[in-house]
Amino acid sequence: MTEQTKPAALTRRGALALAGATMGSGAITGFPTLWAQNIRNVTLRQIGTGVSGLNPIAEQVKKDLGFTLQLTVTDTDAVAQRAATQARSFDIADIEYFSIKKVYPTGALQPIDTSRIKLADKIVPIFTTGRLTPDSAAGQGTSPFSVGFVESRDAKAFAGKRTELMTLMPTVYNADTLGIRPDLVGRPITHWKDLLDPAFKGRASILNIPGIGIMDAAMVAESAGILKYGDKGNMTRAEIDKTIAFLIEAKRAGQFRAFWKTFDESVNLMASGEVVIQSMWSPAVTAVRSRGIPCVYQPLAEGYRAWGSGLGLMRHLSGLELDAAYEYMNWYLSGWCGAFLNRQGYYSAVLETAKANMSENEWGYWMEGKPATADILAPDGKVMEKAGAVRDGGSFQERMGKVVCWNSVMNEDRYMIQKWNEFIAA
Amino acid sequence: MSRWFPWLQAAPLALVLACFLLVPIGLIVVVSFYDYDSFSLIPDFVLTNYREVFASPVTWQTYLKTVWFAGLTWLVTLALGFWLAYYLAFVVQDATWRMVLFVLCTVPFWTSNLIRMIAWVPFLGRNGILNNALVGAGVIEQPLEFLLFSDFAVILAFVHLYTLFMVVPIFNTMMRIDRRLLEAARDAGAGFWQTLWCVILPLCKPGIGIGSIFVVVLVMGDFATVRLMSGGQSASVGLMISNQIGLMQYPAAAANAVVLLAMVLLLVAAMLRVIDIRKEL
Repeated sequence: MTEQTKPAALTRRGALALAGATMGSGAITGFPTLWAQNIRNVTLRQIGTGVSGLNPIAEQVKKDLGFTLQLTVTDTDAVAQRAATQARSFDIADIEYFSIKKVYPTGALQPIDTSRIKLADKIVPIFTTGRLTPDSAAGQGTSPFSVGFVESRDAKAFAGKRTELMTLMPTVYNADTLGIRPDLVGRPITHWKDLLDPAFKGRASILNIPGIGIMDAAMVAESAGILKYGDKGNMTRAEIDKTIAFLIEAKRAGQFRAFWKTFDESVNLMASGEVVIQSMWSPAVTAVRSRGIPCVYQPLAEGYRAWGSGLGLMRHLSGLELDAAYEYMNWYLSGWCGAFLNRQGYYSAVLETAKANMSENEWGYWMEGKPATADILAPDGKVMEKAGAVRDGGSFQERMGKVVCWNSVMNEDRYMIQKWNEFIAA
Repeated sequence: MSRWFPWLQAAPLALVLACFLLVPIGLIVVVSFYDYDSFSLIPDFVLTNYREVFASPVTWQTYLKTVWFAGLTWLVTLALGFWLAYYLAFVVQDATWRMVLFVLCTVPFWTSNLIRMIAWVPFLGRNGILNNALVGAGVIEQPLEFLLFSDFAVILAFVHLYTLFMVVPIFNTMMRIDRRLLEAARDAGAGFWQTLWCVILPLCKPGIGIGSIFVVVLVMGDFATVRLMSGGQSASVGLMISNQIGLMQYPAAAANAVVLLAMVLLLVAAMLRVIDIRKEL
């Protein structure tokens, strides 16, 4: 599983890093662009989730930039854990904003100098001002903006406003809701509380990643009128107790078939018909549909729970490798990658460059909520949606505009996790 | 010089064990007394982690559940393993056949653990092969829900995984039983059950002991099987530890690990008191 190199031997990478460090520190001057040749020999090791740890991206990096991007894919919790504890075992963390709230203060990452990110000003305002449009609401929870910037290189606290230093360079984000099997639910699904409908006893599921699952649970609880939260993204102990109590009650009543932790588990639960309504991620819905099984990413009256992730630079990166990492981040925003991610049903951080890399039909379907004028193809060329199809939930503005909360790390995090474990063990 | 020789011979192994077993366990014990917040470990000497282990009814439940899993799995694998070994050792006479059948017992280990567990889903699921076959044959009207994502599924997977660990040591001890003892038993007028109870079973005790240690220790420490087969609906101590590690609550996980280790060591010690496995060696 791990791809660590032997620590003792001075590897080629090590030598390069050394050389890079010397050059970076300005010890060697006089041949400024020589390293542009060496960059081909660089390997950047990236850890992330299945969301964006995709091989086509690594292949395109090799093609466009010349260096090697080595991907390790694991689950959300494991990414955070390895970033915090084995920071040297990789170079770039593709990590979620709510995880970064925990990981950044450990000092494992170095801030990103926005002056080296060419399109920094073009990034969607959700990340730079905290609001999609100047008059839209900010959304509860750990929003990317609240943990997106720091004041100085050594700061451990987040700035809470835009500065020159970003903690993560935003890559991909989305608005999540419940996925359903329209052929098996037998009635229109309109609210989060429908997850608790006794009609779906033993055929519902919720995800078992505490920071995300608790938010889905909160959406359900609020929708069902069980309780009203001051701030879903930062619950009090009493609110946590009540939320977990209602989850345990539903579990004991046999409402849930299973709890899932990884993308593929959610796909299998849904595709096999074990579950007909559950927390889901957008591409998982696509994956179920591409097997010819009907599945809808159902927009709900209360709005969406959103998440975002980005690329973080590990503290040890320097010199040539750091340059390569900045090249990579600039490339990420430059269009190809954005188009690639948008086609999966996610959203990319800089929209206009992505648009330039998508056909009018694709842009209309994925981003504007228009009916497809021709078949929509999956990245591998298979037909994903027939002409005339409309995206669940509609346009970018409609979906991201209805975000009411973000995946969160709360002040009462330790208590929440303890209670969540009680729910799982109950 | 010669007095030191045995010590020197044992030194390399002792050194390896000290470095890679004792030191890490020592570290776990140390960390279990640390304090922590959501960002980092705080070196300290606090008892909160242990207090949380012993004070929470959920932990007690989880420990009981784990022991229950281990006990049930032990019973089933022992029953299955004993008769499989009996068949291989006493019924099959031909050495080649015995070998072939023995290799067949290892079939569950020919694929990765994870794939085997995922493969249970299409078999046991609501619309899985078994349910479809039973409904098709008219045995049941509604698909059986308890087959997958339940304690039944967990035990089933454990039995499937660990029966071999019971078969091998029992088979080994059975093959060492002097066949003349069985003849003598028959000559002395013992029937099948009496021979089994008074001759074979006592002589198999070391094998049963070793098999039991394997199965109990493996089940007590498991987390992947419980999570996947119960669909996250059940918890075991291993799963609890793995969750805590995933959430970077290392001291809590360490405290649980220490308690689990103590518990498993006690169980093994109890087994060793009942059965002298050295006869086997």
